[in-house]
Amino acid sequence: MENTVLKVEDFSAYFGDNKILKEINLTVTKNIVAALMGPSGCGKTTLIRCVNRMHELIPGTRISGRMRLNDQDIYSMEPIVLRRKVGMVFQKPNPFPTMSIYENVIAGYKLNGIRRPREEFDNIVEQSLKKAALWNEVKDNLHRKGTFLSGGQQQRLCIARALAMNPEILLLDEPTSALDPKSTSQIEELFVELKQNVTMLLVTHNIAQAARVSDVTAFIYLGELVEFGPTEKMFTVPKDKRTEEYLTGKFG
Amino acid sequence: MERHIGVRLVKDMAFKGLICLLAFASALPLFLILYYITKNGIAVIDWSFLLNLPRPIGETGGGIASAIVGTMMLIILSGVISIPFGIATGIYLSENKEGKLSNTVRLCVIVLQGTPSIVIGIIAYIWVVAPLKTFSAISGGIALSIMMLPVIIKTTEETLKLIPYHLKEASLALGVPYYKTILKVVLPAGLSGITTGILLSVARITGETAPLLFTAFGNQFMNLNILKPIDSLPYRIFYYAMSPYPEWHTFAWGASFILVVFTLAFNLIARGISAKWKIQF
Repeated sequence: MENTVLKVEDFSAYFGDNKILKEINLTVTKNIVAALMGPSGCGKTTLIRCVNRMHELIPGTRISGRMRLNDQDIYSMEPIVLRRKVGMVFQKPNPFPTMSIYENVIAGYKLNGIRRPREEFDNIVEQSLKKAALWNEVKDNLHRKGTFLSGGQQQRLCIARALAMNPEILLLDEPTSALDPKSTSQIEELFVELKQNVTMLLVTHNIAQAARVSDVTAFIYLGELVEFGPTEKMFTVPKDKRTEEYLTGKFG
Repeated sequence: MERHIGVRLVKDMAFKGLICLLAFASALPLFLILYYITKNGIAVIDWSFLLNLPRPIGETGGGIASAIVGTMMLIILSGVISIPFGIATGIYLSENKEGKLSNTVRLCVIVLQGTPSIVIGIIAYIWVVAPLKTFSAISGGIALSIMMLPVIIKTTEETLKLIPYHLKEASLALGVPYYKTILKVVLPAGLSGITTGILLSVARITGETAPLLFTAFGNQFMNLNILKPIDSLPYRIFYYAMSPYPEWHTFAWGASFILVVFTLAFNLIARGISAKWKIQF
């Protein structure tokens, strides 16, 4: 399995005395979209926040087990180094309000004090915005504030900002839940195109979205990984009874 | 039934009329103050009043140049001292909503805000004037900076609390270290609020007299040395107004006018900044 990007082994996460994730085992291979679905509060967001160690911002959390990103132990890396390799897109579009579109795309370089010649930055901005399917809409307004864009455009700007850092994996935390249906379908199409460049881990509570965009799906319920496999298989012949009940809308 | 509704309507009207009247009545004193100060003060204001030093008793003429320069120096001194402390404390409080230290600091800020200014003057006297054995601009600056602190701390804390958490997350998720996230993402987003707070605190201390009486003390000569006594507008008003000479009384009005213009200007600039620099999230 030299194609493995993310390997999660016996991974548990606790918040105080609550065990939020229970012995998760999961392998994500290169250039796919892996969806994590499950009802609210099942721990799927916690799981992807453990990948870039954003859960550590909340005091009282601890973990056990292992997580490896391209064969490097995530929990023996410096969080700052790790987070530069892992891109993240949040539920709510969050471009930096004080920065222009251009500055937003290269924010990962600028804020970290990474210097590059101007032409290289120009190039990074153009390539990232093209990958995020936003270039044509904003190429004449690169120096306007990012917050003037629509919600869907802002979210694509955030995707471009993450892509600009050439991440080894892109974490998507319910990236369309704050968007209207049209922006949602644009962004879903974008994910399918992005597969050739980057591996994605998508958290969604929308079953249809998981079905539309993902190659493999993990169903998490009450902190447990109930089922993990190719999306097509899981949606047609689920192995576990709970998966079937969830997919048919009996709970969740 | 009809009659009852009529009574209610009358009560409604009376109530609306009453709050309108009281609102007007409370704005009235401000207009009267401005009216008197302008009427009595504007006549003495000319270049010689603004550019001349106070003259000794017995000579006619004189002005408030040393007081204007002194007040500006005091503003700069107290700002230089209180702004870094105030902003840093505000950041700490907004970042640490719970915890022993932040709760203690928060309580201290409230107590400090309510401390009478004359007490702060005495403290500055004991801390700075007594050891240095001389009244000085720096001691006045320290007294005023203690008065500015609570305002800057509170506005910084409140401003930063309003900045959405997801901005901070966006920055941290890019691998930006915590200190850079605060300095380059969170603080710039709160710049307008923090600047407004600083200007309001400056407006507050510009007119303070009590803490200056035994710190900056007053000086009828021009002084730019921070270790020597320095003049200030409020002190000069006090000095002129307490004198038995009618000409000096008009000088007190003139200086009051200048002081009110200063304070008003800081308030208006603060309002302008909070409207202009407003950041849309």
